[in-house]
Amino acid sequence: MSRQSAPSSGIRFERVSVAYGKRGGLGARGANGTYTALDSFDLTVEPGEVMALLGPSGSGKTTALRAVAGFVQPVSGRVLIGDRDVTALPPHRRGIGMVVQQYALFPHMRVEQNVAFGLKAQRVPRGEIAGRVAEALEMTGMAAYARRYPRELSGGQQQRVAIARALAIRPGVLLLDEPLSALDAQLRSGMLAELARLHRELPDVSILYVTHDQVEALTLADRIAVLDKARLQDCGTPQDLYRRPRTEFTASFVGNANLLPVSVGTGGVRFAGTELAVATVDVMPGADAILCVRPHLVGLGEGENTLRGTIAEVQWRGSTHRLFVDVAGHRVKADVRELRETPALGAAVALHFAAHDAVLLPAGTGQAATGPVAGETDAEAAASTPSVTAVVGAISVAKGAGGDIDG
Amino acid sequence: MLVHSRTGRWATWIVFFALFLPLFALPLLVIVAASFSTHWSGAFPSGPTTEHYGAAVRGESLEALTTSLITALTASVLALAVGTWAALAAAALRRRGKRVVDALFMLPVAVPSVVVGLAVLVAFSKPPMLLNGTRWIVILAHGVLVTAFAYQSVSAAVTRLDPAYEQAAASLGARPWLVLWRVKLPLLLPSLNAAAGLCFALSMGELSATMMLYPPDWMPLPVRIFTATDRGSLFTGSAVAVVLMGTTLLVLLAVSRIRTRASYR
Repeated sequence: MSRQSAPSSGIRFERVSVAYGKRGGLGARGANGTYTALDSFDLTVEPGEVMALLGPSGSGKTTALRAVAGFVQPVSGRVLIGDRDVTALPPHRRGIGMVVQQYALFPHMRVEQNVAFGLKAQRVPRGEIAGRVAEALEMTGMAAYARRYPRELSGGQQQRVAIARALAIRPGVLLLDEPLSALDAQLRSGMLAELARLHRELPDVSILYVTHDQVEALTLADRIAVLDKARLQDCGTPQDLYRRPRTEFTASFVGNANLLPVSVGTGGVRFAGTELAVATVDVMPGADAILCVRPHLVGLGEGENTLRGTIAEVQWRGSTHRLFVDVAGHRVKADVRELRETPALGAAVALHFAAHDAVLLPAGTGQAATGPVAGETDAEAAASTPSVTAVVGAISVAKGAGGDIDG
Repeated sequence: MLVHSRTGRWATWIVFFALFLPLFALPLLVIVAASFSTHWSGAFPSGPTTEHYGAAVRGESLEALTTSLITALTASVLALAVGTWAALAAAALRRRGKRVVDALFMLPVAVPSVVVGLAVLVAFSKPPMLLNGTRWIVILAHGVLVTAFAYQSVSAAVTRLDPAYEQAAASLGARPWLVLWRVKLPLLLPSLNAAAGLCFALSMGELSATMMLYPPDWMPLPVRIFTATDRGSLFTGSAVAVVLMGTTLLVLLAVSRIRTRASYR
C-alpha cells in the first residue's frame, strides 16, 4: 500500500471503550483486575479540523489517541479514519502521522534518514524520496540540519524533525501527543505559532492534539473535546467551551471559573440571599443550579449584579491582581487590572459582574476540576474555605491521589 | 568520588593492589612466565626459551586453536540468534509467560556444565539424532551453554528499549519486520555486541562439557591444554594457554571496537 498523498480524512470514534489489564499500572482496579481507560467514547473529527483532547492526566485522552494509532485495542466500539474502519488494522496500515512528547527520533539515523524512513517503509519510488525529505525539512525549517544526528539537536529542533518525519508521508491524519510539553515556555509558544502555520499550509490534514494545557488547546484547536475520568465531558469550539461551558468540569478546567451554587427563580437566581440577574434561564424554576462566572469578568465595585464580601487573599500577578473574596462562606475569585494599592485582608469589598457574562449550569453536571493543571496555585487550593468548588475539589483531589480513573 | 582524603585514596589503592595482584594478575603472570621457561624449581623459573611457542602455534595446537575459534564463532552466532529471538519473543509475553521463559533459559547456567555435556551426549548418540562423534555435538553443547548468557543480556536490553521507537516506526507505515530490522536491532546492537563477546569468551574457555563430547578430530584448545598438562608438559601447556588467552582478548578487543562505534547516545 503506497499512499502518496492521502485524501483528507476525518477521525470518528464510535462508542470506543479501552480497558487495560493487570499490567496497565496507573488506575484503580476493578473486580477482574482491569480498569477502564476510555469509556464509550464518541467523537468526530472533521476532515481538516484541529481537535484538541483536553483533560487532566489519567483522563483517557492519550488512550483515545493511541486507539487511533492502533497501539491499544478497544474492547468495544469502532475507530474510523475517513470512512475506513481501522479498529482491527495494525498501526502500520493506518496511514497516520504521529508525534509524541519525547519525539522518538531514531538515534542511529541522521535527520534526513529519519524523515526518509516512513517514505521507504511505504515504498515511495526511490527518485521521489530525496525531494519529499527536503520538502518536509524545508516546511519545518530544518533543511540545514539534514546531515545531523538527533543527539546533536536541541529539544525544539528535534521536535521539528519529528513533525517533518510525520508530515513527509503526507498523512491524512496527524496525531500529536503532548508535543510541546518537553519544551520550555518560550519555545512552546513559538512552536504553537509554528503548528498553526503548518496547519494553514496543510489545510487537509486532520489533527488530533492531546494536551493538558488549556492555552495550547484554546490557541490551536478548531474544537476542543474535554475528557475526565475516561469519559467525554464536553465538546465544542474554544469560544463555546470558554463562554458557555456545559458542565462544571469544563467551566473549572477550561479557564478556572467561579462556580456559585444558586437556586433558580423566575427571571433570575438567588445566591446566598442575593438576587442576581442572568441573561438566560434555561433551568426549571425552583431547581438548584450552578452559576459560572469567569474571574476576569468579575470587577471591583457595585454594578448590575453585586456581591459583598471580605478579602481573604490577594495574589499579585504582574498585570493583574487576583482577589479571593469570601461571599457568604463562598470564595469568589476576581482578576482585576493591577491595583494601585493592594487591598487589605479582611477589608469589605463589593464585586460585580454583568448578567450576560454569567452562565447557568444545571446542578450535578460532574465534578469541578482542581489542581495545577487548571492553572490554580497551591496557595489557592490551600486557602479554600467551604465553597462548593473547594469541597468538591477536595474530593476529586483525594480521589486523584488514589489514582482513580474509575469509569 | 567516594573517598575524599589523600591518605584515604592511597589506602584504597593499596587495598586494591593487595587484592588484585595475588588474585587476578599473579596467576596469569605465572603462566606467562612458565611459557617462556624450561625449568621451575626455585622461586623463579629458569632456562628462558621461546621453544614452547613454536609448538603452540604449529601442528596439533594450531589445529586446536582453529577448532576453538570455529566452535566459539559458530556457537556464539547460534546463541545470539536463538537468544535474541527468544528475548524479543519473551518481551511480548505476559508477565508469567516471561518468567517461565526466563527460567528455561537459566537452566544451562544453573545446571553444572558437565551435566549439560552428559545430557547432550546421551540425547544425540542415537539415530535419528546422531551427532556423537562429529564436531556438531561440541558446537551444539557450546551453543546451549552460552545461549543462556545471550538471552539474558539481550533480554535486559529489550526491556529497557523505549516502545516509542517501535511505535513511531509502525505509525510511519513500517511493517513489523522492517521495524525489527531497521529500528529495534540497530538500537539493540550495543547489547548484541556485548552478548557476542561474552558468548565467544565463554565458549573459548569451555572445558568440562567439551571433555564429555569431543571427537578425536575436533579437539578445542582448552582440552589440548588439559591433556598437555596432564601428560606433564606443563610449560607447553602454559604456552598454549597464553595463546588461548591472547586470541580471546584480541577477538574481544575487535568486538568492543565495533561496540563503541555502534553506541549512539
